Amino acid sequence: MPRPSTFALSLLGLLVCGLLGVLAESLLSTARHQARLDANRELVARLGLTDLALFTEARYTRHPSQADLHSALQDHPGAFDHFPSGSLLAPPAHLTRLHDETHEPVAGKTTSPD
Amino acid sequence: MSPWLEKQRHLIDFTLASLARRKTRNLGLLVVYTLLVFVLASLTLYSNALRSEAKYVLAGSPEVILQRMVAGRHDLIPPGYLEKIGRIRGVQKKEGRLWGYYYDPVLKANYTFMARPASEVADGSIMVGEALARERGLARNNTISFRSYSGKLFSFEVAAVLSPDSELLSADLVLLSEGDFRRFFEYPDGHYTDIALSVANPQEVRNVAAKLTATLPDSRPILREEVQRTYQSVFDWREGILLTVLAGAILAFAILAWEKASGLSAEEKREIGILKAIGWETGDVIRMKIWEGLLISLTAFLGGFLAAYVHVFHFGAAVFTPVLKGWSVLYPKFALVPAVDGLQVATLFFFTVFPYTAAILVPIWRAAITDPDAVMR
Amino acid sequence: MIELSNIRKAFNQGRSNEYWALHGIDLSIEAGKVTAFRGPSGSGKTTLLTIVGCLSRPTSGRVRFKGEDISALPERFLTDIRRQSFGFVFQQFNLIKGLSALENVILPAFPSGRPRAELVARADELFARLQLAHRAQAKVEWLSGGEQQRVAIARALINDPEVIIADEPTANLDTALSMEFMAILEGFTAAGKTVLLTSHDPLVVESSAVHRVVGMRDGRLIGD
Repeated sequence: MPRPSTFALSLLGLLVCGLLGVLAESLLSTARHQARLDANRELVARLGLTDLALFTEARYTRHPSQADLHSALQDHPGAFDHFPSGSLLAPPAHLTRLHDETHEPVAGKTTSPD
Repeated sequence: MSPWLEKQRHLIDFTLASLARRKTRNLGLLVVYTLLVFVLASLTLYSNALRSEAKYVLAGSPEVILQRMVAGRHDLIPPGYLEKIGRIRGVQKKEGRLWGYYYDPVLKANYTFMARPASEVADGSIMVGEALARERGLARNNTISFRSYSGKLFSFEVAAVLSPDSELLSADLVLLSEGDFRRFFEYPDGHYTDIALSVANPQEVRNVAAKLTATLPDSRPILREEVQRTYQSVFDWREGILLTVLAGAILAFAILAWEKASGLSAEEKREIGILKAIGWETGDVIRMKIWEGLLISLTAFLGGFLAAYVHVFHFGAAVFTPVLKGWSVLYPKFALVPAVDGLQVATLFFFTVFPYTAAILVPIWRAAITDPDAVMR
Repeated sequence: MIELSNIRKAFNQGRSNEYWALHGIDLSIEAGKVTAFRGPSGSGKTTLLTIVGCLSRPTSGRVRFKGEDISALPERFLTDIRRQSFGFVFQQFNLIKGLSALENVILPAFPSGRPRAELVARADELFARLQLAHRAQAKVEWLSGGEQQRVAIARALINDPEVIIADEPTANLDTALSMEFMAILEGFTAAGKTVLLTSHDPLVVESSAVHRVVGMRDGRLIGD
C-alpha cells in the first residue's frame, strides 16, 4: 500500500510547481502585453482620457476630466456604494422608461442588422 | 534517507492516517478553506492587476485639466480663456477640449462623445469603441443615427472601430469631428468643455495650478495626481466593499477552523497520552500536529491561489463579473496583465496558512505537556 | 537491573487532596526474570510501574536503571530511555482507533526515524510470531479482545526493549486467552527479556512463568 505521505508530498510538490509555473507565466506575459499597454498609454495621451471605461451607466462614473471633482465619492460616505452597478438588482423599470413614450427611439436605427 | 527526514515522513503518515478517519469532515474543511483562499486571492489578483494596468496606462493623462465653475458646478469655458492663460512657464501644450455625454435610449447606456481634429476624424464620420460597436452591432462603413438632445437626427458613418485591445479605456467612446460635435450638441462656437495642459516637469505642476487659479479665479485646476488618487480610492472602496461582504464568510470560516483545530476531543487527548506513553516526545506530538496544519493550509493556499490565478487571468474573473458589471450595459471585455505581486502573495500566505497552523498548535501544546502516565491512571 | 531506593510518590502535592501512593519502596529487580506485583487496587502497584517505566518521576527516592540514576533526567532523555528500553502493555490496550493493527504496532518506532520498510518487516515478524499475520491490515476496533492484546504486545516489542511492563494484562481476558498470554510471557523470558507486571489474577501470580511475586498494600511492600 503506498504511503499517504507520498501522496500528500507529491500533491504539494505539484502545487508548488504550479505556483512556479504561474509566476513564470506572469513574468513572460508581462513582456507580451507590453505592446498593448504602450498603445493604450498612447491612446490615453492622445485623447486625454483619465479613467477606465468600467462603469458607463452613470455619467459621473465615466468622466474624462472628472466633470465634478469627487463626484465619484460625493455620496454620503456611509452609503453602501457609489456606483449604480454596485447593486446586483437593476433599478425599477419606471425609472429607466423613456419619458416620451410616443416617441419611437429613432436614434436606434442603424443600417446594420441589430 | 536521513533519519530526520524519515521521521518527518512517519509523522506525516500518521497525521494523514488520523485525518483519514474523519474523511468527509476533513475534506469538507479543505474544500471550504481552498474556496476561501480562492475568493480572497481572486479579489486581490484582480484588483491589483486592474490597479497596476490603470496606473501604467493613465500615466499618459494630461497633467492639469482646467474647468470653469459656475455656482459650484462645472460650466463651459467661454471664448478667450485659452488666450487669457497666456504663457505660463513649464506648460508645454494647452488645448481646449470638447467632450460630452450622450444617452442612447436603445442600449440605455451613456456614451462619451469626444471631438477630434479633422485630421483624425472627417465630418460625417465617427470612430466608436469596441464594446459600443459590439452592443449596437456596428462595423466599419455602417451608418448610425443619433437623435440629438434638441431632437434632430444626425447620421454618421463608422469610419473605424477602435482596437479591441483598448476596450478597457475606449468601450463607450464616440470620436467625431469638432464641427459635427458642435452641431450635434449645439455647442456655441469658441466654447470648450475644459482645457487640458501638459506640464513636462512634475515639480512644476503645483506652481502651474497656482498661477492658473490666480489668472482665472472662476476656474478650477484638477491635477492628474488628484484624479488618480480619486480613482485609487474608488478601487480601494470597491475592494473594501467586497471584503466587507466577505468578512462574514471569513469569520464563519475562522470559527469553523478554530472549532475544528482547537476543540481537542477527549478521544484526541487520550491518543496524545498513548503516543507519549509509547515513547513519543512532547516535541514529536507537536511536530506531528504542525504537519497536519501545514499540509491542510498549504494545500488550501496553493490550490486556492492557483485556481484564482487561472480564474482571473484565463477566465476573465468570471465569478466576479456579475458583481462588477451590475447592470452596466457597455461593459468592456478585457484581459488583464497577469501581474503577481510578491508582497500580496506573502500577505495572503501569512493570513491563511499561519492562523490555521497556530489554531492547531495552541490546544495541542496544552495537551502534549500532560504527563505520559495519565493513560495508566 | 533496576534498583529502587526509598521511592515515595505523592499526587496533588501541596494541595488539600494530597495523596501519597507510595511510602518508601526499596526493591531490586533482576534481569531476565518475570516479576509480578500483587495487591488490591489502590495499593500503588500501577504507580510503581509508571515510575519504573519512566512514565513518571518519583517525588523522592532514586531509580537506577542498569546502574544509572534516571530519576533526575530531563524529559527528553527519559523518553529516549522509555522508547528504547521499555515496552508497555496497558490494561485497556490503549490502541489508536481507526488505524490498522500494523500502523498501531509501528507507531512507537516513528520518533526513531527508522525506515518504514524495516519497521514493516519487523512488525510482520512479530505478527507471525503472535499468529496475527492475517489481521495486520484490519482496523483495531474490528479485532477481538485477545487479538487486540496481541497487537498491544507486538507494539510493545517493536523497538526490541529489554523490559516489558504489563499492567493487569489479563484483566480483560477469559481463561483461555489468559493462558495464551502466559505462554507468550514464557517466550519473553526465553528471549532474555525482563518482565514486570501487576495482577491480582491468581492465574497469573500462581503461574510457573512468574519467577517472583511482590505483594503490595497501601503503598508499601509486604514481603515476597
